[in-house]
Amino acid sequence: MNERRKFILSMARGIGLAAMGALAWSAYVGEVRSAPLILRPPGALPESDFLRTCIKCGLCALACPYETLRLAAPGDNNPIGTPYFVPREIPCYMCEDIPCVPVCPTGALNEASLRNEAGAWEIKKMDMGVAVVDVEACVAFWGIQCDACYRACPLMDEAIYLKYEKNERTGKHAFLKPVVNTNVCTGCGLCERACITEKPAIFVLPNAIALGKVGDHYIKGWDSGDEARVAGAKAETTQTQINEKSAVDSLNSDEGF
Amino acid sequence: MKKIRFMILRRLTQFGLLGLYIGANVFGWTVLQGNLSSSLLFETIPLTDPYAIMQMTLAGAVLGFDVLLGALIITLFYLIIGGRAFCAWVCPVNLITDAANKLRRVLGISQVQKRVYMSRAIRFWILGLGLLLSFVMGVAAFEMISPISMVHRGTVFGMGLGVGAIIVIFLFDLFVHENGWCGHLCPLGAFYSLLGRFSLIRVYHDAEACTACMKCKEVCPEKEVLHMVAKRSESVVMGECTNCGRCIEVCDDDALGFSLKKFATQTKEKSL
Repeated sequence: MNERRKFILSMARGIGLAAMGALAWSAYVGEVRSAPLILRPPGALPESDFLRTCIKCGLCALACPYETLRLAAPGDNNPIGTPYFVPREIPCYMCEDIPCVPVCPTGALNEASLRNEAGAWEIKKMDMGVAVVDVEACVAFWGIQCDACYRACPLMDEAIYLKYEKNERTGKHAFLKPVVNTNVCTGCGLCERACITEKPAIFVLPNAIALGKVGDHYIKGWDSGDEARVAGAKAETTQTQINEKSAVDSLNSDEGF
Repeated sequence: MKKIRFMILRRLTQFGLLGLYIGANVFGWTVLQGNLSSSLLFETIPLTDPYAIMQMTLAGAVLGFDVLLGALIITLFYLIIGGRAFCAWVCPVNLITDAANKLRRVLGISQVQKRVYMSRAIRFWILGLGLLLSFVMGVAAFEMISPISMVHRGTVFGMGLGVGAIIVIFLFDLFVHENGWCGHLCPLGAFYSLLGRFSLIRVYHDAEACTACMKCKEVCPEKEVLHMVAKRSESVVMGECTNCGRCIEVCDDDALGFSLKKFATQTKEKSL
C-alpha cells in the first residue's frame, strides 16, 4: 500500500472514530441533562444556564445546615453531580442568611438575585418552584379541618392563605381551603413536608412546569400599574373594502366566479 | 521500604486528600472543602479544575472570579510540580487503575493476552472532543460523564450507582487494555500532560550509572517517556510522565532521580 493511501485511510479512520464517539457522547449528554422536575437551590440560574455554570463542587450542599441539598449521584436520573432537593424528605428551611448561595464559586447560584435594594438578604426573593394543591386529595377540600401546610409555610398568609367557604353538605361547618399565591410562593417545600396525606396533596413543582403564562396582549384594565403597559399605545383603525354587491346576489347569480 | 517509598508517599497523599474532603462533609472540617472539580482551601483559596473551566466557558457559562482564580492557581501549581503529578498523586482513579495493574501482573494477564492496540493519542482526541461537544451542547460535556468526578464526588458526597464506574474502569484496565483508562483514554490526564511539557520538577536519567536492567521500563505506566534510558543522560521531558517515581524507586543503580528540569539538556551519548 502506498504511503498516501495509508495516510488517507488512517485519517479517515480517526475521523470516523471521533464522529462515532461524538455522536454517542452527545446523545448521552442530551439525555442526562434533561430533568424538568428537578428542584434547584435558592438563587439558581434558569435551568439551562445553571447546567452550564454549575461546576458540581458541592460547596452549596456542604453549607446547607439541614442537609437539604444533595448532589445527583449516578442512578438518581438527574444531571450528574448537580445539587437538588426533595422537599418531602428534607425541604428548604429558608435560612435568613442563605448560606448555600455565597459559597457558589461560579455564580450558578446568583447572590444578587436574592438581595434587596439595601443589599440585605431577602428570602422572599427565593424562587425554587411553586406549590400546587391537588384539591381532590386534600382533606381540607373535603371539609376536614387540617391547615398543616398553611401553618408550615414560612410566609404564612402570604404564600399560602386559607379561603373560608360554607360547607353546604353539613350546613353548619366551614371549609378552610389552602390556596397558594404563586407570585409569593418560593417553593421551599415545607408545606409538602408537612402534608398529612399518604402521598402529599400539596407539592412543589418547578416554575417552568407549574406556571401558566397569559401573554402580553391581556391587560388588567382595573389595575393602573398594568394599564400603564399600554399607556403609549395608539388606536389604529383598519378599513376593509367591502364588496358592493350584496352577498345574496353573488351567491345566486349564474355569472361565474 | 526504599523500593516503595514514593508509592507510600503517593498513597498517603491520595488517601489524605480524600480524607480531608470527606472530613469536610462528615465532620465539617474546613481544610479542604468541595471536590476535585472545585474546592476551597482553608475557606479562602479557591482551587478549580482548569479543564472543567475550559469546557464550561465554551458551553457559554459566565463564570465567577473565584473559579477563574482557582483554575489559574491549579494551572501554575502543576506547571511547577509536573502536570500529570495530578494523576499519580491526587486522582482517586489512580488507586483503581493501579490495583488493576497490580492484579494484572500477579495473574500474568499480559502474558496470555493478545495485544489489543489502542493509540495513546486517543486521549487527546477525547480532550478535543470534550471541548467541541461542550460548545455544541451548551453544557460541560466531559463533566457529565467523567469517572474521575464520579468516583471522587461519590466518595465525598455519596456514591449511588457510581460504584459501576469504578468496576468498569477496573475491569477495563484488568482485562481489556493495560493502562487503558489513564494511559490511553483519560482527557484530563491528556490536559495535564500538555502542562507537563513545561513543568519544572522532572525525572532525570543518568546514563552513566545505568546498567540497562530495564526495571524502570517494566514498572512505568507510560513507557515511552523513558526512551532515553541507557542511552542518554537527560530529563524526562514528555508531558505524559506522571512523576509517580516508580522508576526511581525500582532502580538499583541510582540512575534515576527527581530534579529540576535541565533546560539545556545534556545529550551526552553513553560511551559503550
